[in-house]
Amino acid sequence: MRLESRIPGGPIADKWDKRKFENKLVNPANRRKFTVLVVGSGLAGASAAASLGELGYTVKVFGIHDSPRRAHSIAAQGGINAAKNYRNDGDSVYRLFYDTVKGGDYRAREANVYRLAQMSVNIIDQCVAQGVPFAREYGGLLDNRSFGGAQVSRTFYARGQTGQQLLLGAYQSMMRQVGAGTVQLLPRREMLDLAIVDGQARGLVCRNLATGEIEAHDGHAVLLCTGGYGTAFYLSTNAVNSNVTAAWRAHKRGAFFANPCYTQIHPTCIPVSGDHQSKLTLMSESLRNDGRVWVPRNPGDQRPPDQIPEADRDYYLERRYPSFGNLVPRDVASRAAKAVCDEGRGVGDTGLSVFLDFTDAIRRHGEDVIRSRYGNLFDMYTRITDENPYKIPMRIYPAVHYTMGGLWVDYNLMSTIPGLFVLGEANFSDHGANRLGASALMQGLADGYFIAPYTVANYLGGTPLPAVSTSHDAFQEARAAAQGRIDQVLAVKGSRTIRDFHRAIGALCWDYVGMARTAEGLDQAIAKIAELREAFWQDVRVPGETNNLNPALDYAGRVADYMEFAELLALDARHRNESCGGHFREEFQTPDGEALRNDEDFSYVAAWEFQGVGAAPALHKEALAFEEVHPSQRSYK
Amino acid sequence: MAMTLTLRVWRQAGPDQPGRLVDYVAHDVHPDMSFLEMLDVVNDDLIRKGDDPIAFDSDCREGICGSCGLVINGVAHGPDPGATTCQVHMRRFAAGDTIVIEPFRARAFPVLKDLVIDRSALDRIIAAGGYVSVNAGGAPDANCLPIPKHVSDQAMDSAQCIGCGACVASCKNAAAHLFTSAKVTHLALLPQGQPERARRVVRMVEQMDEEGFGACSNEGECEAVCPKEISISNIARMNREYLKATLAGE
Repeated sequence: MRLESRIPGGPIADKWDKRKFENKLVNPANRRKFTVLVVGSGLAGASAAASLGELGYTVKVFGIHDSPRRAHSIAAQGGINAAKNYRNDGDSVYRLFYDTVKGGDYRAREANVYRLAQMSVNIIDQCVAQGVPFAREYGGLLDNRSFGGAQVSRTFYARGQTGQQLLLGAYQSMMRQVGAGTVQLLPRREMLDLAIVDGQARGLVCRNLATGEIEAHDGHAVLLCTGGYGTAFYLSTNAVNSNVTAAWRAHKRGAFFANPCYTQIHPTCIPVSGDHQSKLTLMSESLRNDGRVWVPRNPGDQRPPDQIPEADRDYYLERRYPSFGNLVPRDVASRAAKAVCDEGRGVGDTGLSVFLDFTDAIRRHGEDVIRSRYGNLFDMYTRITDENPYKIPMRIYPAVHYTMGGLWVDYNLMSTIPGLFVLGEANFSDHGANRLGASALMQGLADGYFIAPYTVANYLGGTPLPAVSTSHDAFQEARAAAQGRIDQVLAVKGSRTIRDFHRAIGALCWDYVGMARTAEGLDQAIAKIAELREAFWQDVRVPGETNNLNPALDYAGRVADYMEFAELLALDARHRNESCGGHFREEFQTPDGEALRNDEDFSYVAAWEFQGVGAAPALHKEALAFEEVHPSQRSYK
Repeated sequence: MAMTLTLRVWRQAGPDQPGRLVDYVAHDVHPDMSFLEMLDVVNDDLIRKGDDPIAFDSDCREGICGSCGLVINGVAHGPDPGATTCQVHMRRFAAGDTIVIEPFRARAFPVLKDLVIDRSALDRIIAAGGYVSVNAGGAPDANCLPIPKHVSDQAMDSAQCIGCGACVASCKNAAAHLFTSAKVTHLALLPQGQPERARRVVRMVEQMDEEGFGACSNEGECEAVCPKEISISNIARMNREYLKATLAGE
C-alpha cells in the first residue's frame, strides 16, 4: 500500500482554501441520515461532535468517563497559542507556522502545520464567543503571554486552567447539541474494536463499563479522538485511565501507526517519591520564567540548598544556553536535567531531581507578586510534597507528558482505513518530533471545530456507503474478538497484579525508550518486552467477572495492549538512527551533546503496518518535503 | 514511618443491591501517599488474596477532572479545605486511625458499585441551558468585545467548578444549587451570555428540580467542601436571576 498524503497543490497559504473548495458537500437535508461515531470527548472529540451536530449530522459520542467533561484535556494548564498578533510584536500566521516546524525539529508536514497556524486565530474567536473567560487586561482586551521560550507573546490563557476552560466551552457546545437531539452521549463506554465492512470503517464495538455489556454501533464514519499513549511509561503526567487501546485496536485492524518514538518528556514535574506513586504531577513550565534551575557543583553535596553558597552551585541551563537560559525547549531542558543527575549531582532523597529556585525572583519582585503569578502551582506543590517553595527551592524532574506520534493520517485527517479519522493527540500530524508549549490545545480544537467538519463531509458526500447494520458479520466478528480477549485475560488467574505488570512495562519504557536511547539498550528492551508480554498472559491476576462494573478488568485490557504497543515504540526508536526532538539516541549527538539529525536518511514519517503480535511490522515511509522552512540545526545557545 | 490504619468502606455489589460498611486493615501506609494511592495498595492486596477490590472513580489525580469523590469521615473530599479526594495525602492521618469511606450520596446520584456513583444528572442540567448558542465558524474577532477585567475574573471564579458533586453530597437536602448557580453566574456575568440569560436560568433550575435534587436552605455546607472554593453568593445570584426571569414571564 502506498501512503497518499493528499496534500493540495499550490502555494502553502492557499492549500486549505483550495481543499475546502474541492471538497464534496452534503446537502443540509441529508446530513441527519449520516451517523458519525466520535470516540473520546476531550478537546478534539467534543469540538468535533459539537460542530458536526450543529451542521445536522447524527452524532454518537463515546467516552470512558462518567461525564464527557472529565477527559484529560481538562488538565492542560499553560495556554493556547494563536497568531493574533494582538501585542504588535511581529507575530503572524507564517511565524507561528515557522516556529512550530522548527520546534518539531523538521519532522512535521509543512502543509498541516500551516493550516494549524491559520486555524489558531479562529479558535480564539470561537472560544471567546462561547464565553471562555480568558485572562484580560484592564482595558478589557485579551491578555497574552510568552510561553515556552517563544519570542512573541501569542499565548492566551485562563489562569492555570486553560485546558479546563476550553474543554468546558467545547463540552457546553456539545451538550447544547445533546439537548437539540443531534448528539447522543454514551458515557462509560470503552471502544474495543473497529468494524470494517468492504474496507471501510463502518462502526465499532465497545464495552459498557457500568454494566459489562458488549455493544455494537454502526455508522458512516468513525472519529478517534482518544489522546496519546504516555501511560505506556506507567508514570506520566497523563490521567491514570488514559490509554492507547482504541488506537491500538484500530492499528491491528489496518490503521498505520506513525512515529511512536516521538515522545515528549516535560522538564518541570514533581519528582517521584516512592513505589506507591500512581502518576506524576506537572508544574506549568511558566514557572521557568521566574525560577532558576540549579544543582550543586560537586557530586554528593548533601547540604541543604540555603547553605550551598553561589560558588558551589551550577545553574546549568544558564551556563550551557546563555541566550535562552532557563527557557530552552522542553526536550533540551529535560535531557540537561538527566545529564546532571547521571553525574551524581541530583538532589533530594532519590538523587533524581534538580532545584527550581525562586529566591532571586522573590527578592526582585516580592513574595506577593510571585504568589499572584504562581500561587495555585505553589499550593499544589506544597500539598503533594509538604514543602514550602517560597522558602525552600522546589525540586523538579522530567516526566513523560505528551506523545507526538500517533495513528498516521492524510491531510484530511483520515487514517489508512477509509472512514476512520483521527484527531488531536491521537494522530501524528502536526508536531513533528517535539511539540511546543501551548500547541496541543490549539491542535485538538483546530481538528475538531474547523478541519474535520469539512473533510468528514467530503468523505460522506463523495463515497458510496451502502446500508450496513450491526447484524453484519464484521460486527459479529469484532464483538466476538472483544469478548474473547476479555475472557482470555480473566482466565489467566495468575499471581501478579495488573499494576505490577504496568509498572514493569513502564520501567522498561522509561529505562530504555525514555530520555536517552541506544541501539544496544533498545535491542535489550525489545527482547524484554516480549518476555514480559508472555509473563503477563501466564501470570496476571484479574479479579471479578465480565458482566458488571469492574475497573480492574478495564485496566487489564489497557495494560495488555501496552504489552504489544511498547514493542512498536522500541522498534521505531531502534530504526531511527538519528536524534531529533523528543527522540534522542546517544550515538547521534553533536560534540556538545545536542541532538544530531540525519536529514539525508531520515527526513520521513515512519508509518508502521501491523503484521501480528510479536511479528515485525512493515515500515512505510512518507517523505517530508520542506519548501518553506529549511532544516537547520536547532540552536538555543 | 509506615502506618497501619483501619478502613471502614461502603461496599455495594450493584445499583439494586443492599450495601454495608466493611472493615479492612491497611498496612504500610506511607505519609507521602495520596489517599487514592493508599486505596490502590489496599486493592492490590485484596486482589492477591482473591477478594473483590473496592471500586472507585478517579482519573487525573491532580484535582481538576472531578472524577474522584469520596466522603471521608463524614466530609466530602475529606479533611483538606479546597482539595479534591485525590489531593488528600496520608500525612493528614495518624497511625491507628479508623477512616470511614463512603460514596457521595444523593437521590440523584445512584450508586453503581461500592464508591462509584452516576452523576449524569449534572450533565443534563448543562444540556438544559448551560451554554452560549454559537455555532463553530461565525464568531467575530475575539477583541471586538472588551470585557472589564474584574468582570472576567469574577466569571472565571465561577467557571472553575469541576462538576464533582461534593456540594450535593454535603447538602442535607442534596441540592445542586452551587453547581447550577456557578454556571448560571459564569454566563450571566459575561456579555456573551446576555441573549439567553433569562431562558438559561429558568431551564437549568427546572432541570435541576426534575432530576430530584433538593431545595437550598442556605446551610453553606456546599461552599465549605467545594474543592474550588466556589462561593455561596453564586446561589444568591441564581435565585435573583430566576426571580427576575420568571417575573418577566420567561
